[in-house]
Amino acid sequence: MSEANVAINNPAEDRAAYEQDLISRVQRGQHELFYELVQPYERRVYAAALAILRNEADAEDAAQEAMLKAFANIRQFRQEARFSTWLIQVTVNEALMRRRRQRTVIMEPIDDRSDDKDEQDYTPRDFADWREIPSEALERKEVRRKLTEALATLDRKYREVFVLRDVEHMNIQETAEALGISIASVKTRLLRARLMLRDLLAAGWEQGWFSRLPFEKGTKPW
Amino acid sequence: MVDREAVNCERVWREISNYVDGEVDSVLRLAMDEHFKTCQRCTSVLEGVRNVTQLYGDERMLEVPAGFSRRLEKRIARDVREDRGPWSPWSAWLVPLAALALITGSVRLASSITPSFPAKSPMAQRGQGIPPDLIVLVATGTRVFHVAGCTFIHNKEEVRSLTAKEAIAEGYVPCLRCMRKYLDVASIRAAEAAGGLDADDEQTIVANH
Repeated sequence: MSEANVAINNPAEDRAAYEQDLISRVQRGQHELFYELVQPYERRVYAAALAILRNEADAEDAAQEAMLKAFANIRQFRQEARFSTWLIQVTVNEALMRRRRQRTVIMEPIDDRSDDKDEQDYTPRDFADWREIPSEALERKEVRRKLTEALATLDRKYREVFVLRDVEHMNIQETAEALGISIASVKTRLLRARLMLRDLLAAGWEQGWFSRLPFEKGTKPW
Repeated sequence: MVDREAVNCERVWREISNYVDGEVDSVLRLAMDEHFKTCQRCTSVLEGVRNVTQLYGDERMLEVPAGFSRRLEKRIARDVREDRGPWSPWSAWLVPLAALALITGSVRLASSITPSFPAKSPMAQRGQGIPPDLIVLVATGTRVFHVAGCTFIHNKEEVRSLTAKEAIAEGYVPCLRCMRKYLDVASIRAAEAAGGLDADDEQTIVANH
């Protein structure tokens, strides 16, 4: 149990105050509280690193290193920003640095750096009747795996923006700053990523990903 | 001002992501709302995009490898204990000392990473440039170490994690699949061409050093 002395009546309401107290304590030298501070975000940190590095082992290593860098620089954190956003930005920096290093070593082809495609309109392919996919679908591991695989098929530049914006819930400005690209590029890439994933999910419907979900016969969830 | 005539399907598709994010002005939003009332195709696109953002934005989509939390906690605890702590202005003078310690440490590390046990497969590659702190997995009764998520791990029920340095010291050799980038690829290809590789028999190719 935490050493922090914040009474928690409503976890959602008091979380920010509790976190603020933890940050102050770590900044003042109670280093043993650091894991408690970052533990709620460890999955988000890993997801951000994985979106950039695409390799589980590299992502785990980058996530660990990012956490340690956050610890080493915790005094620089100012409470006007959200701690989670700051932590994700530290992670993105670490992952991007690693990827640059990997490129230097293995001469990885820069396959999708061109912005040309951003300027072209993407035309959706599937216009079937729609329905909302119930969130219970995510209880099934198979559905989560298919969604993860679909995301992995996106070009890097679309995947990175999509993950920071829609998975990490960073805003457009924060996403642009984290990746070092313009707000216009974030919006364009996000649009393409969402439309491409929509089409991939539509194809998944044909392949039965959601076949055991309670939809009416003859309708698709979009 | 948005011309109602200009809000055709193509315009809606270009703006649909901004629409979902509430990033379109009120005039365009009204025009798009009107369009959705009569266009089933664009409504389909809108609902599909909403499904995408809702599904991927769900906490349940954030999965980490088995043992991730434990390894993270352990590493943080270790570094906190070693006082890799927050920097303060007075600590700047420590940099030259740290550099000196790093050089000394590197020399020791280079000598300490030499395996203290013989490789469990005498013909195997030991790999080059494997980060000593890389977290790897070994399964009981095997002789190969893997990164988390490798599909070639045998006996997944009895897996333990350790650093690459420790694994090498214990005589384990890197998996030819998941640790490929640290190995002599030409030898791997030759082995594959000669009849394919199987997970735990894979480390039988000729060492390159």
